[in-house]
Amino acid sequence: MTQKKTYFLNMGPAHPAMHGVIRLVLELEGETIVSTEVEIGYLHRAFEKHAETETWNNVIPYTDRLNYVSPLINNSGFCGAVEGLAGVTIPERGQYLRVIASEISRVADHLTCIGANAMELGAMTPFLYLMEGREYLYQLIDDLCGARVTTDYTRIGGVKGDLPEGFIDKCRGVFPKIRKLVADSEALLTKNRIFLDRVEGVGVLSQADALAYGITGPFLRSTGVAYDVRRAHPYLVYDRLDFEVPVGSRGDNLDRYLVRLAEIEQSLRILEQCFAQLPGGPVSLTPWEMRDAFIFEDMGKAGNTALLSRCLAKTCRTIDGGGRDKAAGIRVAAPALVMPPKEETYGNIEGLMNQFETVMWSWGVRVPVGEAYHAVEGGNGELGFHVVSDGSDRAYRVRCRPPCLFIMAALPKLLNGGYVADVVATFGSVNMIAGELDR
Amino acid sequence: MRFETRTVASAQAFDTLRQLKTGDYNVLIDLTAVDYFLYGKCPEPVGWEQNFPSGACGIGSPAGAGRTDFLAAGAPGPRAHRYEVVYRLASLDPATGLEIKPRLELRVPYSEGSVLLSVMSLWPNADWLEREVWDMFGIKFADRPDIKRLLLYEEFVGHPLRKDYPVKKRQPLIGPKSGELLGSPSFNVVRQETPFE
Repeated sequence: MTQKKTYFLNMGPAHPAMHGVIRLVLELEGETIVSTEVEIGYLHRAFEKHAETETWNNVIPYTDRLNYVSPLINNSGFCGAVEGLAGVTIPERGQYLRVIASEISRVADHLTCIGANAMELGAMTPFLYLMEGREYLYQLIDDLCGARVTTDYTRIGGVKGDLPEGFIDKCRGVFPKIRKLVADSEALLTKNRIFLDRVEGVGVLSQADALAYGITGPFLRSTGVAYDVRRAHPYLVYDRLDFEVPVGSRGDNLDRYLVRLAEIEQSLRILEQCFAQLPGGPVSLTPWEMRDAFIFEDMGKAGNTALLSRCLAKTCRTIDGGGRDKAAGIRVAAPALVMPPKEETYGNIEGLMNQFETVMWSWGVRVPVGEAYHAVEGGNGELGFHVVSDGSDRAYRVRCRPPCLFIMAALPKLLNGGYVADVVATFGSVNMIAGELDR
Repeated sequence: MRFETRTVASAQAFDTLRQLKTGDYNVLIDLTAVDYFLYGKCPEPVGWEQNFPSGACGIGSPAGAGRTDFLAAGAPGPRAHRYEVVYRLASLDPATGLEIKPRLELRVPYSEGSVLLSVMSLWPNADWLEREVWDMFGIKFADRPDIKRLLLYEEFVGHPLRKDYPVKKRQPLIGPKSGELLGSPSFNVVRQETPFE
């Protein structure tokens, strides 16, 4: 008498097709997956605990490491949350620059996902084409922030610096190349029988399940829900930009691929509109918008008390207050919420002092007491930051809502009942990024 | 992002969430917790070296202990419950992709000993989110199958996002050195400590 036996296959944590470190324990019956167990946490870096021990601005570099394929979106998401808590709005040009940075990052994210997915299914050429496209974008990001991956571009109150010279022309020169590379890859993939056999009708998640699991981003849109944070809760200047939210219908690997492909084009459109609309002016709030404390005194003496509540006072906690103990008695808003431009830091002593005041322990930026939640549309969906401040110089708690976590929680639903060979196709198309999954 | 905030006691949390679920709030966007143990009490760090002497963010540092004078005006006072579990809900309309109602942030005050029912039966993604909250805060949800750590490993001692978890705490090493059987199948090999020859 023969007996049906299941056996276990361990995929990961280090597996060539596992994109990052994640472990799947598959129970197989022949080649069919009976059950899946997902084990995560191999890349846990204690981001949330770490954020509690650093001053507000010092958390920004750690956000680069969340979704390391689109770090600029993370930067802008975290700063947006802190600015929401502080109740400041950054200048318009700074908002446009954040949108430009985010969309460049999003295109790079989608190119990487499609390219890697195609490569794992045996299509090496599209991978090389798309990596070439990503390389153009990385060079743009390098020009913009001085780094390719660890961008650290935004600051609380704005961005690190203005666009480098000739950046817009360089972008306009690069976009046709990217469009061509994407079109070439699409021609190689979208009607390719070998590719379609691996992705069509594979890794299907119904719309109801996707909603129940809290999945957002391209994955949710592939099931037919046109939910996009940029559309549902416009932040920065997305409400002034014209873009479509592409949706699929079946929620399989093919739809996820097609949605990402369509989003690349939409992001490029957004970028072109940004270049056309880009206003002049400062890119960040400046410390000079705050008034020195003695001006307040003068204003009060002159009887202009009505204006006082509308200005922020800038105080130096040693010189004006006569020592640290005295400084404690001064109840004013943060000495400075924003860092001075680097030209000032390296150019004059006040700028240098100002810089130190924003980064020194127990001196830095003080964000008002309260809590805020801010979400941006990341490469994989809604990337949310819940920040809590108790008025000290550091975050009391930072919660990052990683879009990947929700997708990975639903992974058994996607894989069970399928073949073990489809794990690679499905896992590639959901774009798991271990950096944000494990934080 | 605009959202409403509502607070319910932990005993009524499940019923409230069930009503919200049958209402329009069909998506559990996030489930997390905040530990208010040191809210408004976090002592001012005096310098990099003294920042983590023996405890969390300067606890136990004689210079900083109990100081609240450095905090900005409106510093928060003590709270009746140590934790708050935060449920973030959205009412997503699949047809339009927009949200019907403003987001809802449901806050549930929680102290050790109170009972908080799992919402796994309402939203399946609560499984992992509750595991993460258990992992990081040690908040246990009742009425659900086994709860195990999500991001950390089973042998980890303590719950790191609690405010009294010291930042510099070392975990007991897992693997050969501990010389004992561990729960994880990967480490179930008994190793003998043999001296070098």
